[in-house]
Amino acid sequence: MMKKIKIRTKAKEKKGIVKAKLLIKHPMESGMRKDKEGKLIPIHHLKEVTVVYKDETVFAGEFGTGVSKDPFISFAFKGTKGDKFTVDANDSKGLVGHTEVTIK
Amino acid sequence: MKLSRRSFFKTVGKSAGYIALVASLPQIAWAKWNEKAFTAKTLDAAIKAKFGDLSIVDSGDVKLSAPAIAENGAMVQISVSSKLPDVKSISLFVKDNPAPLVTSMNLGPSALAQIKTRIRMGKTSEVTAIVEAGGKLHRASQQVKVTIGGCGG
Repeated sequence: MMKKIKIRTKAKEKKGIVKAKLLIKHPMESGMRKDKEGKLIPIHHLKEVTVVYKDETVFAGEFGTGVSKDPFISFAFKGTKGDKFTVDANDSKGLVGHTEVTIK
Repeated sequence: MKLSRRSFFKTVGKSAGYIALVASLPQIAWAKWNEKAFTAKTLDAAIKAKFGDLSIVDSGDVKLSAPAIAENGAMVQISVSSKLPDVKSISLFVKDNPAPLVTSMNLGPSALAQIKTRIRMGKTSEVTAIVEAGGKLHRASQQVKVTIGGCGG
């Protein structure tokens, strides 16, 4: 059983544009799958991801069960090399994840 | 209870950590998860729950790129970009999924309107991207053929 949402990140700056990639480890159960005994596996999916850079929320995503298992998200914003941004995530069971990333 | 010096610092350190965590929570500006839109069963209902009655125009300024044929519906890579100014959000819908709204991403002023993600598709369907910019909705759609579904199992 997971206790925390694990977030892997990569962020690279080129000509003032930061391209960030997030890989979040999450089962993303749709609530429609059944286990071996034919019981429904309860719904459990990623809900919100917020990215804050220099006090600005540059990215705030909402996610439903239609997103693949272990969601991959890529986005871009204007930023500088060496700066840091934070990524926060929560899911439908109230689990949270947090990470800080340095732009390369 | 006997408190050794070591365990005292341990306890104090822990509670300080919790206090810091609790204090830091309200600062996160979560995208307010729109339950009504995510649980809507049809495309029109999902769009209505998400955007209300804003009018939608089919726009060439929204670039949706998706594979024409997806071998595995469990992972279909979709990218959306737009040159429109002042883009507030990008949302993805799959018409024939049990819940059509897949994701909605809100962007800040310094973010660029280009996103990429992987989605699930139950069967062959139309994928729609809606970009909210300047108080208007701009739409682009593409048919994606799925050979193996990614929902249920």
